[in-house]
Amino acid sequence: MTETIPPPLQPPTSKERKYDRQLRLWAATGQRALEESHILLVNSGPGVVGVETLKNLVLPGIGNFTILDDALVCEADLGVNFFLDEDSLGSSRAEQCCRLLQELNPDVSGNFIAEPTTRFLDRPDSLQPFTLILLTSPVDPTVFSRIAEHGCSTQTPVFFIHSLGFYSEFSVQLPAAFPIIDTHPDPTALNDLRILKPWPALEQLAHEFCGDLDQLDDHDHGHIPYVALLLHFVEKWKAAHGGNPPENYAEKSEYRKLIYAAQRRDNPERGEENYMEAYETALKSLNAATIRSSVRDVFEAPECKSLATDSAPFWVIANAVSQFHSKHGVLPLSGSLPDMKAQSADYVKLQTVYRAKFREDAAEILGTVRALERSLRKPNAIPGSSIDIFCKNAAHIKLVRGSTIRPMNPDGPFKWTDRAKAAATSLLDETSLFPIHVAFVAYDQFVSLSAADAGKKRFRAPGAGDETAHDETDMIALADQILSHVFKQAGQLSYSKEDLAAAKGRVYDTVREVVRAGGAELHNIAALTGGLIAQEVIKVVTEQYIPIDNTCIFDGIRSKTEVHRL
Amino acid sequence: MGTRPIHNDGKEHLKRIVTRPGPFTSSAAALGLETLETLERLKVLVIGAGGLGCELLKNLALSGFKDIHVIDMDIIDVSNLNRQFLFRHADVGKPKCDVAAKFVERRVPGVKITPYYGKIQDKDENYYMQFNVIICGLDSIEARRWINATVVGMVDENNPDSYKPLIDGGTEGFKGQAKVVLPTMTSCLECQLDMHAPRVQVPLCTLATVPRQPEHCIEWAHIIAWEEERKGDMLDTDDPDHISWLYRRALNRAQEFNISGVTYSLTQGVVKNIIPAIASTNAIVAASCCNEALKIATACNPCLGNLEDEEANTYMMYTGDDGIYTFTFRHEKKDDCPVCGTLAKELNVNETNTLAEFLEDLAARPETQIKKPTIRTNDKSLYYPSPPSLEEQTRPNLLKRLTDLVEDGEEMAVTDSDGSITFKFKLVFSSK
Ligand SMILES: [Zn+2]
Repeated sequence: MTETIPPPLQPPTSKERKYDRQLRLWAATGQRALEESHILLVNSGPGVVGVETLKNLVLPGIGNFTILDDALVCEADLGVNFFLDEDSLGSSRAEQCCRLLQELNPDVSGNFIAEPTTRFLDRPDSLQPFTLILLTSPVDPTVFSRIAEHGCSTQTPVFFIHSLGFYSEFSVQLPAAFPIIDTHPDPTALNDLRILKPWPALEQLAHEFCGDLDQLDDHDHGHIPYVALLLHFVEKWKAAHGGNPPENYAEKSEYRKLIYAAQRRDNPERGEENYMEAYETALKSLNAATIRSSVRDVFEAPECKSLATDSAPFWVIANAVSQFHSKHGVLPLSGSLPDMKAQSADYVKLQTVYRAKFREDAAEILGTVRALERSLRKPNAIPGSSIDIFCKNAAHIKLVRGSTIRPMNPDGPFKWTDRAKAAATSLLDETSLFPIHVAFVAYDQFVSLSAADAGKKRFRAPGAGDETAHDETDMIALADQILSHVFKQAGQLSYSKEDLAAAKGRVYDTVREVVRAGGAELHNIAALTGGLIAQEVIKVVTEQYIPIDNTCIFDGIRSKTEVHRL
Repeated sequence: MGTRPIHNDGKEHLKRIVTRPGPFTSSAAALGLETLETLERLKVLVIGAGGLGCELLKNLALSGFKDIHVIDMDIIDVSNLNRQFLFRHADVGKPKCDVAAKFVERRVPGVKITPYYGKIQDKDENYYMQFNVIICGLDSIEARRWINATVVGMVDENNPDSYKPLIDGGTEGFKGQAKVVLPTMTSCLECQLDMHAPRVQVPLCTLATVPRQPEHCIEWAHIIAWEEERKGDMLDTDDPDHISWLYRRALNRAQEFNISGVTYSLTQGVVKNIIPAIASTNAIVAASCCNEALKIATACNPCLGNLEDEEANTYMMYTGDDGIYTFTFRHEKKDDCPVCGTLAKELNVNETNTLAEFLEDLAARPETQIKKPTIRTNDKSLYYPSPPSLEEQTRPNLLKRLTDLVEDGEEMAVTDSDGSITFKFKLVFSSK
């Protein structure tokens, strides 16, 4: 045992210990983003789903939350909302939920506003402090528009949420350009190891490892890193094919077989693990140079192509990386090397060569970025660390194009625009959950019409009273209208009368299930939906992982979700 | 306070839905006010009071269940607080099930929650027989396999009450699953074992001679250095001094081999096999489990595994890291399932393998995952890991080739280390 000076030990801080299980997912950067956010919940109706969402955000340590709700706690609330107790009866629901949510995590600051939403919105800049807004149905259409428009103009994400009986749905309105660098790709996704475009230092190292393969003893032969084997056999292939690498699938398979056949078999294992690793990753490695369509989307985005002084750092780096790609035909190296059978020292050598090239590529990108900053007269330089992170993740970056949530329009026809065809197709598909969306749209219309009748005082949910049959008829009439708009606007689509009748039947059944709920929330479904929404909020706030685009429907009867772009 | 019977009346939301049938409700279901009473009478068992368990208790209590039992053998740790919302800082060190039960009872008056602080294996069939539904929120595959084998084993064709629906949930990071097992009628947890492949073990020789990754250095410190340098000391992975010792050793070794990336947090993660866990995924999976329990208990809507539909789905898989995606499908029952099937499972083995290699293989194969089992054929005992006398007697067999111990196609019985499951295998030899 070599005696070295014991390394400085930094035991985890108490915060690191508390958040250990989540820091392993979104790391300190994600945690900081959560702590800097302020979430507004505009609550209404039974009001469970929004509170359950907040629970899942308070626990991981969101910075601040505010509940806006003018309801008073009634007995029915106690039977469905966990963040109320008997002492809450008759008090402000916002205040009581805030109190009991706050208990979950002393790091979080909870606030409440117990006044009507419209009065709150009338105050100047009332929405300004919030970094993300959760809005639950039922909601007055004008309130909905004001919040949605605020989201659009200030790039504040807005979630619009429904939860009724066994069904739920939420739509996410993101800024028009929502780029993500750290998408957390599947760990088995292979980064480009440049097998087809090695640089001199890598080529040299491969030669060193594979120079005289036949002379190596069995141990060394069985420990050549597979990257070196792949490179070696590409060279061999090229020599036999007029300098061309394996190009199509047939050639690549042939290349693979070459590797398979070259392993030594006169050993107890009757083969060699490193050769098998090379064989198994051969196709992936050769194909890894092709960039993903999501990366191409970023390069082709107008924001990337034409930079301006106020371009966000993401676009400046993306432009530099896109230039790099046009020049070299590859993305900057990610710098990471998968584990492989090898001697420790050889593996470290290989790792060092990849690391050095990563630094070199990142330096080139940095140079381009600095030149761009000068020509754009940007006042602040992008930190080098941001460029490194971009390079590491370049193969998996993603751009989500946020879309506005379709406005609620209780009177006029819905404009489904380019989404009409997709909507109609979904309705004709008997496995789709789209009827639930139609039922929720009808529900929104029903409640806002009922509120209009009652002089804007109160919402009445379909099925809430004893006149279920009457409400059902009204709801089905609303759903019929929606369907006719969808199919009228969908244009050319081929389906039979029977197909359409079946589609209508599915929508009617779904509408009946919504009426059955009578505006009630099931705690369970609210809890599940609160989990789904909290995950999306975390993804949006941390700018990690990939959020939905843009509507998620959940069916608690079939235990399924479905995502639609609406 | 306490004199008003609030919570019967407070169930307005639930009442609206479970007391009147909907368009998808089976015509055989008789819904009405008595549905709520039925719910109140049913006994539900929750296994595990951790991330899923806390959610399950809350959800069940607010779904009309009133007689809930919970088993858990753990005490509260500070790293639980980011998701196990029934616990506060002051509760660290107390048994999870006691704190969780008290909290929910206080918050939802009228609900009775009976905790049991201990292992599921402490209880016998008589105990499990009293429940109408059993829900598992466990993080251990061994415990799942044990309760699954127990519940399937309890089935008595002549006693309809012996069929206990088993609902199981699991999470990892942004992913999770929820599934329903109707013992002997739908696929059981053992049938589904290969859906949860064990983590690939790094070979010992890599750890000992050619480490390349920080994890290899940590595993070396964990498996080799501790044994050599602190023989006799029981390693306690919850003891910060022990983790610090492993961390230092791993770091030294990493420096020796020029490997970077050994940190305290990684050391802890590798040694304790930490799986990332967040509140939101627990919320999704636990609510999905409770949702199935509510549907099973009331028939207010068809559940997963619904017996009226031969094609009914039984399994919901959830993925939330790239968008939101659920895959809900029917997991088919396996005829050669060692727990609910009738046939011996065929295993292809290399004819040159020794019994020791076969044992390693049994631990690693996704569809077996059995460590330290007892192995016997109809007429001989091949290997017994305990008691010591039998171990000594059977140890020489470990080095023998399988072909010298069993015939091609011969059946053997493999019993896992706690004796709860016996697998029937039929070995088929091949020359790789
Ligand atoms: Zn089975």
